[in-house]
Amino acid sequence: MEEKEETKVVRKRSLRVPGVLIALAFVASACTGGASPSPSAAASAAAPSTAPSEAPSVAPSAGPSLPTAVGPGEGRLDLATWPYYVVGGTGGEQGLGADWVTAFEDKTGCKTYAKVYGGSSDGVALMKTGEYDGGAFSGDATLRLIAGGDVAAVNTELIPSYANVFEGLKNQKHNSINGVAYGVPHGRGANLLMWRTDIVKPEPDSWSVVWDGGSKYAGKISAYDYEIYIADAAVYLMATKPDLKITDPYSLDATQFQAAVDLLKEQRKNITTYWSAVQAQVDAFTNGDMVAATTWQLQANLLTAAKVPVKAIKPKEGTTGWSDTWMISSTAKHPNCMYMWMEYIISPLPNATATVFFGEAPVSQEGCAEAEKQSAGHCETFHATDESYWTDVHYWNTPSKECIDGRGPICTDFAEWTKAWTEVKG
Amino acid sequence: MRAFWRTLYRYPRVQLGALLAAPLGWLVIAYLGSLALLFISAFWTIEPFSGNVVTEPSLDNFQTILSEPVYRTITLRTVVTASLVTLTDILLAFPIAYFMARVASPRTRGILVVSILLPLWSGYLVKAYAWRIILSEGGILNWILGPAGLKGPGYGDVAVWLVFSYLWLPFMILPIYAGLERIPGSLLEASADLGARGGHTFRKVVLPLALPAVVAGSIFTFSLTLGDYIVPSLMSSSQFIGNVVYSNISVNQPLAAAYALVPVGIMIVYLAVARRLGAFEAL
Repeated sequence: MEEKEETKVVRKRSLRVPGVLIALAFVASACTGGASPSPSAAASAAAPSTAPSEAPSVAPSAGPSLPTAVGPGEGRLDLATWPYYVVGGTGGEQGLGADWVTAFEDKTGCKTYAKVYGGSSDGVALMKTGEYDGGAFSGDATLRLIAGGDVAAVNTELIPSYANVFEGLKNQKHNSINGVAYGVPHGRGANLLMWRTDIVKPEPDSWSVVWDGGSKYAGKISAYDYEIYIADAAVYLMATKPDLKITDPYSLDATQFQAAVDLLKEQRKNITTYWSAVQAQVDAFTNGDMVAATTWQLQANLLTAAKVPVKAIKPKEGTTGWSDTWMISSTAKHPNCMYMWMEYIISPLPNATATVFFGEAPVSQEGCAEAEKQSAGHCETFHATDESYWTDVHYWNTPSKECIDGRGPICTDFAEWTKAWTEVKG
Repeated sequence: MRAFWRTLYRYPRVQLGALLAAPLGWLVIAYLGSLALLFISAFWTIEPFSGNVVTEPSLDNFQTILSEPVYRTITLRTVVTASLVTLTDILLAFPIAYFMARVASPRTRGILVVSILLPLWSGYLVKAYAWRIILSEGGILNWILGPAGLKGPGYGDVAVWLVFSYLWLPFMILPIYAGLERIPGSLLEASADLGARGGHTFRKVVLPLALPAVVAGSIFTFSLTLGDYIVPSLMSSSQFIGNVVYSNISVNQPLAAAYALVPVGIMIVYLAVARRLGAFEAL
């Protein structure tokens, strides 16, 4: 009788237990599920959703059938973009103390939503969803997007400000095919070497501080967390290992590629964490977790504004860089708004505001004049008109089997770069 | 209308079916369906330049994962860390759970349960970033240890282990607590009556009875560590399975899918073992 009583109690208790555990399992899944915004997307703004699509009056697509007129706006615009390119307005990045989207919305009635990505490959993936009308992309994404049929050719006649854009930015390898433009330039910049001036001494003038000289600051070096960073190793090898005969950091044959990968594997020993989100790098430099790394002018500006002792330069070996392009999706639901945006963002005032904010070179003389008003000496600092500055800045490009430097089909392609990057990080 | 209800009444199976249709539909379509898609896409490949998916079945991705040593290294690192985290959590959780279940007064027990559940109410990212700040170069840990001439571990594998152990601890404490609470006090008394000392009773009575609960808790700590990628990317420069999946998903989705099947496989084995140890009866 006693025993029976006991088992009854036990059973009653055991009934309560599953409740606790099931609740726990739910919390567990909710915890991890809720955290799905990745570190690299930490700075991202509101995610756009598809709006009811109206019949577009222009139907841009690749090839000869270019639109011939821009009709009335569709009332909405969804963009995939680099951080700090679409700021303010309804769905641009908020809370940054700047706003150049509201003026566009007031003018065109196109409510603008931006999805921010942290690296070119993420940008390509976003465009492949077909959810976006267009976006701003660097040269290591543009060619992939064109090849994948994700973006359409652009009729630059419909974009009046295009006429003023510096000739050196038009019809380049990364934004056109056979003289047909696939977008309009937004701005260009160089990837810089940044360091904490109170810790890194003497003042470096070479990338060696993050490569062979990195052991001096072991555990405090950082690098950009995308496969395209392999090109930065190649740029350093161009200067330090001339017998490898690298002429273009995006055209690497097997031997040259291996040398770059080996250099990166050596560097990894000194890496604290790789950075992909702008804010993460800013925080790490502020705390002193990173003391030397590749960066964009943007981070240097943010840190200087916060009185962190940093300096950023283009080292003597030259560097990689980017020249960004606004492109229109081949399946854009709001093509008119996208055309209006392309016109707006390269027109002098917005282009000046956006490029001054980010710290990059505007795309036209008129843009420079406006930028000058906001930040004296801007175009000189960023060498907007000084073509000689850009000769040793190798714009991001998409590596392919057929070498970009014309050596034939002996180069490593993008898939191999991606694979190697996994290996480098280990 | 009445005829409808009457028919329903006559066929209880139809009734049951109607009741379960929604939850089962969710389980099959949304949950198992996405798993099936993952499995299928693992056999696809991509066109290297444009990154477009080629839906022709091939075993390339699996070959890559098996032949390239880096994927083995990453798998091993993930599994070893998950095991270490699980072990650490068992060692930390057991005394706390035992105290809660056997020693504490109902009032203290209530306070303890609440204080263990409390961290679960704050966001996972908040806690992870808090640890990032604690462990950073100019962070609290170095500030505290500094005067003693010591230094924190900094970012790296140790930091990853530490943060995971912290994050999943409640998921270990609660099952063990529930398991220990279920052991009838009379068994312990009987053991003592028969002359066993405390340690002996613990080893021969408490531990075997609590084992299924420990294994049940380990399912949480192990699987949560296995699938996470945010903590490793915040705390270290080395990758976990989740990081490789995340960084490949935008470049090479089929490869990411194939690699994502590895933790699924590991968990199937783990759950099979857990089942043999009676963990599911403890749930």
